[in-house]
Amino acid sequence: MPTSTNAGGLFGIHGAALELRSQRLGLLTSNIANAATPGFKARDLDFRAALDARLGGASADRATQSATLFRVPVMPSLDGNTVELATEQAAFAENAVAYSASLSFVRGKVESLTRALKGE
Amino acid sequence: MGAPLNLFDVATRAMSAQLVRMNAAASNLANAGSVAGSADEAYRPLRPVFGSELDAASGLSTVRVAGVYRSDAAPVRLHEPDNPLADANGDVWSAPVDESAEMVEMMESARQYQNMVEALSTAKQLMLETMRMK
Repeated sequence: MPTSTNAGGLFGIHGAALELRSQRLGLLTSNIANAATPGFKARDLDFRAALDARLGGASADRATQSATLFRVPVMPSLDGNTVELATEQAAFAENAVAYSASLSFVRGKVESLTRALKGE
Repeated sequence: MGAPLNLFDVATRAMSAQLVRMNAAASNLANAGSVAGSADEAYRPLRPVFGSELDAASGLSTVRVAGVYRSDAAPVRLHEPDNPLADANGDVWSAPVDESAEMVEMMESARQYQNMVEALSTAKQLMLETMRMK
């Protein structure tokens, strides 16, 4: 099933990366939202594994599911919650920057294509 | 079971849950020092308990208030014979509210509310940039 987000498509690796970064954004937001929920286990995406799976032809859902792991807390808390805000916020910031980077690669691709079409 | 959750739903629900927590802390603080004529009538501090809710369709977890419970701390008995509420022994029962604990609860809740607003605005900005492609 060749789609524009697969390795051979228009956006190459950046389309797939953008998709997975957006999934990871959701996971990290869920962790931050559940910072005070007793017994909540924080999850994160192993980005490299997810990207490899996605480029290997797995669907976005399957790639995300197979690479979602539980976070190991530095110091477990008494109520069983494994969210550590410092870790989550750092990961969130890193992910947002990486999302912007992927987005600008995609944008560059679009711009050069537009230029080619217009014949400028 | 409605539509799959998105980031905005997760953030809104988390903020509502924190609001319940802040309201409970405010009620407890407002009732600190209130007295009653018997141990049963005395005010017991409110405690909201959160639970997480996983939306399998989108893989996101949101927060819900699993319940608001009354703390089982024992009211403090004070000897105040002049108090019109006092019983035959001249005793009144005061609400067992720990003001410092409630203030800490309030601050923590406010911090987590802010975190959610921050995460939401970052996500919104990224989404808008993707929409405009600029």
